[in-house]
Amino acid sequence: MSATIPYGATSAGAGPDMVRAEGVWKNFGSLEVLKGISLEVARGEVMCLIGPSGSGKSTFLRCINHLERVNAGRLWVDGELIGYRQKGERLYEMHPREAARQRRDIGMVFQRFNLFPHLTALQNVTCAPTLVGKLKKQVADDRAHELLTRVGLGDKASTYPNQLSGGQQQRVAIARALAMSPKLMLFDEPTSALDPELVGEVLDVMRSLAQEGMTMIVVTHEMGFAREVADSLVFMDGGVVVETGAPREVIADPQHARTRAFLSKVL
Amino acid sequence: MNAQSLRPGRTEGESDPARERIEAVPLRHPGRWLAAGVIFVAVALFVYGAATNTAYNWDYYAKYIFDQRISQAALVTLELTVLSMVIAIVLGVLLAVMRLSPNQVLSGVAWVYLWVFRGTPVYVQLVFWGLFATIYKQLRVGVPFGPTFFTIDPASAIDVFWLAVIGLALNEAAYMAEIVRAGILSVDEGQGEAATALGLSWWQTMTHVTLPQAMRVIIPPTGNEIISMLKTTSLVTAVPFTLDLYTRSRDISAETFTPIPLLLVASTWYLFFTSILMVGQYFLERYFAKGARITAGAGR
Repeated sequence: MSATIPYGATSAGAGPDMVRAEGVWKNFGSLEVLKGISLEVARGEVMCLIGPSGSGKSTFLRCINHLERVNAGRLWVDGELIGYRQKGERLYEMHPREAARQRRDIGMVFQRFNLFPHLTALQNVTCAPTLVGKLKKQVADDRAHELLTRVGLGDKASTYPNQLSGGQQQRVAIARALAMSPKLMLFDEPTSALDPELVGEVLDVMRSLAQEGMTMIVVTHEMGFAREVADSLVFMDGGVVVETGAPREVIADPQHARTRAFLSKVL
Repeated sequence: MNAQSLRPGRTEGESDPARERIEAVPLRHPGRWLAAGVIFVAVALFVYGAATNTAYNWDYYAKYIFDQRISQAALVTLELTVLSMVIAIVLGVLLAVMRLSPNQVLSGVAWVYLWVFRGTPVYVQLVFWGLFATIYKQLRVGVPFGPTFFTIDPASAIDVFWLAVIGLALNEAAYMAEIVRAGILSVDEGQGEAATALGLSWWQTMTHVTLPQAMRVIIPPTGNEIISMLKTTSLVTAVPFTLDLYTRSRDISAETFTPIPLLLVASTWYLFFTSILMVGQYFLERYFAKGARITAGAGR
């Protein structure tokens, strides 16, 4: 994490960071979910977001690819302001086409997989590259086979999602997100909907992805994974970042009472 | 007993008492047999009565069932059904997508359309379409308050057959729109979210992710609507269009003074088409169920 380069309104967050959040607020009606989140994620960094349910972790993740619109603050991904164009002091709402273009560089994996049930594993992976990336079918198919092999499902290409186990579905979902060659991967509790014996296979894929240098933000309850794979750990509660640091240090020696209370329940 | 002593029994299988086929005496259902007997007798009596009752005029039925005028009228009814349903489904999908669109102008237009075309009887609408040429004597295409490029004379340019098709289609589109909307809403929100996160546009999400999944919910009631439309075509006499199955058989019976056998003739043809439609619906449902069924032996 770096904060050495000064960020002005005109520099638009350009810098070495892959993700930079400055005072991000989000409310749903009168319910304030995020109350000024500021953090940076460096290129190639793996950040784990932990915290009790309702703490705003998932909402923050969804703000990063503009699935949710922030009410205040700024978010940059790879130096590009998310959801808005800035001209001088004014912000202009982005056309949905522009927002869609930004999302192509950001892969997302959901808790409930959200695979397209009417498409085979292969078609799930080729869907975005052919529709959005305008890739030729043959090229997209070859690449999808490669990705499915990479997540250990090379033999499941023509299988429909409901014939796959939860762990296999989530691995297809990861392959689907990787198909657009994103520079950033967001994981929203990727193992929370899985049977315990299936968690490992998904975490293995994520671990190898991290080793290849992918920048990742992972909302998770898997403390083992966080300790082992993450470069930084962020503990959120009540819409604010309570504590942040190296995973081993935070887990072994939490500085805040709230962090201690949470960790004592999940460890 | 420990696990080891159990193993031989398991591998042999046939000697395993749990594997022995149950040969129990099936439960008897005397009530069902009695009911079936009573119904059989009642049906037999009705059939005998119908066959011997001269009011049914079966020789007339036999004479007109394959009469050329009737089979032509049956074809016209089928054409009315197919054409108006094709237009209604296309327009219905469009209206449903418009209603769910984030664009308030589009959703407002769709709402008003539904309000008008679903809120008035189809019979009344058909009468209106019949009066179209009376209401609009000339249609001019051009720049408002400016030059006219060409004019259409509705009375001569638009055939009553097409007025009937338009009348049926525009009414049906309102119902189809609601069916399609229900189908779209039945698709899990996460689907649209996943598509959006992948960078798909709203339109791509709708056509490639949401609508294909909505089809499973849309098809059964649509089959219902097609069957219903087949019978609603008998109202086109309101336009007035007289070449459909019902109106044609009424016209014939007006000459022969035999309304009952001709009603039976018309009913037979309606029933015949409905049966074909039901078969078609079965195969369509099977096609769009792909990915929704778990095929045998494929785990969870």
